[in-house]
Amino acid sequence: MLLPPEPSVTEHRSWPDESPIVSLKDVHKSFGSFEVLRGVSMDVRKGEIVCIIGPSGSGKSTLIRCINGLTPIHQGSITVEGQEVNDAKLDKLSLRRKVGIVFQQYNLFPHKTVLENVMMAPLKVLREPKAEVEARARALIAKVRLTGKEDAYPGQLSGGQQQRVAIARSLAMRPDVMLFDEVTAALDPETVKEVLVTIKELATEGMTCILVTHEMGFAREVADHVYFTDRGVIVEHGSPAQIFGAAQDPRTRQFLSQIL
Amino acid sequence: MLELISPLFRELYDRTGLNFTVFYERYEYDRFVGGASVSLQLIFWSLLLSLIIGVLGAWSQNSQSRALRICADAYIQVFRNTPPMIQLLFFYFGLGAFTPAFDMGGYSQPIISAFGWAVLSLGIFGGAFNVEIFRSGLEAVPASTLEAAESLCFTRWQTYIYVSLPLAFRISLPALTNNLVSLAKTTSLAYVISVPEMTYVLNQVWSDNVNVPEMMWVLFLFYVGVITLLSYGLHALERRLALPGYGR
Repeated sequence: MLLPPEPSVTEHRSWPDESPIVSLKDVHKSFGSFEVLRGVSMDVRKGEIVCIIGPSGSGKSTLIRCINGLTPIHQGSITVEGQEVNDAKLDKLSLRRKVGIVFQQYNLFPHKTVLENVMMAPLKVLREPKAEVEARARALIAKVRLTGKEDAYPGQLSGGQQQRVAIARSLAMRPDVMLFDEVTAALDPETVKEVLVTIKELATEGMTCILVTHEMGFAREVADHVYFTDRGVIVEHGSPAQIFGAAQDPRTRQFLSQIL
Repeated sequence: MLELISPLFRELYDRTGLNFTVFYERYEYDRFVGGASVSLQLIFWSLLLSLIIGVLGAWSQNSQSRALRICADAYIQVFRNTPPMIQLLFFYFGLGAFTPAFDMGGYSQPIISAFGWAVLSLGIFGGAFNVEIFRSGLEAVPASTLEAAESLCFTRWQTYIYVSLPLAFRISLPALTNNLVSLAKTTSLAYVISVPEMTYVLNQVWSDNVNVPEMMWVLFLFYVGVITLLSYGLHALERRLALPGYGR
């Protein structure tokens, strides 16, 4: 008997492949008198894996947080699927449904089990039917290899496991773009790998991913495009081979020589 | 119940002169049970009202509306800084005089009874403390957890109800237990506005029977029993809500 193909748990809404799905133009952001972003522009196409690297304090995290509107910008424009993120009239919910974010500190809800963490937003925010949400949540938990941990509380899991729950929780909203903000920075070296494997699988399935990362090996292997930022500007960008093999700017070369 | 204990207490009175009328005379026993019932209802409703005020008040303190924040702060200042007995008297006599009353044919029945005023007044008194207790809990919830909720499209109110409040409630439970126990005891003050709760009823009993020392014992042990049960229940709740791997 021939079974119909199973629907993917990370199904995408349609957005034309050619035009950028995420686009930043001359983005400026200050905290008080300190200008964190000083005119950043980048385009990310559908299905692309983009890694942002750079020294601490160069504005990487701020940049990624601006994309789903967690941090408002002062100047410039950010569009996601053609929608202006900083439009005051914009329905933030419709934007954030398209953009999932995973944080360095996992930020799971400690009073909810793994399954409840994953189910909560689709149930309470999207008000989808419970049976459907639960089936999807269980599939996502299996996808991040945590089957059997559905009823565990976040406090009972290792950092790597918690981070994978956070990824599943974000995917449960069926985003078109995933943002990863230094998601392995707080993990032990051994657990870093299990999280990176999960992200790599997402990438190969065609999910658009923007990552801030210090995992240069991962960036080199997985990224389609690497951006190097320093002091609030993009110093240079290109394919991993270009950036890691033949960086043009002395700042990039100096940064890479320090950490590689 | 009375049939079961009355021989014992009648015998006690005959032999020793210790006069626990409420445990062997039907009329006094009914007064006692009535007082106990009113006391328990008063405790239940005042605590419930104080909790609702605490939750809403803590929400208003973080509200985007300046007017609402000022109101919440003013409320706390006024009701935390005045004695509960004065508040009871103020509500009952100071405000009760201006509330409408219905003519019940011969006598007029105020729209809010003494019991109603006591619940309102004690709930508002305890609520002022609960707001501050919940606020301390809310402030202990990590901002990053709330950010995660925000990025998952939760509205401010949904974040409050599904994330902040459940976590804040757990964090503030020990302090909350203290305040609820204190409020439960404060309900005995309702006797000053003639709510027929335990203190008021036993006062009548000892006036009629001249058995002040015995009734003092009854009154004292009644509160020991009720408050022990209450704090035991709250501690059980605290254990039940403890999160595995979180907090301790």
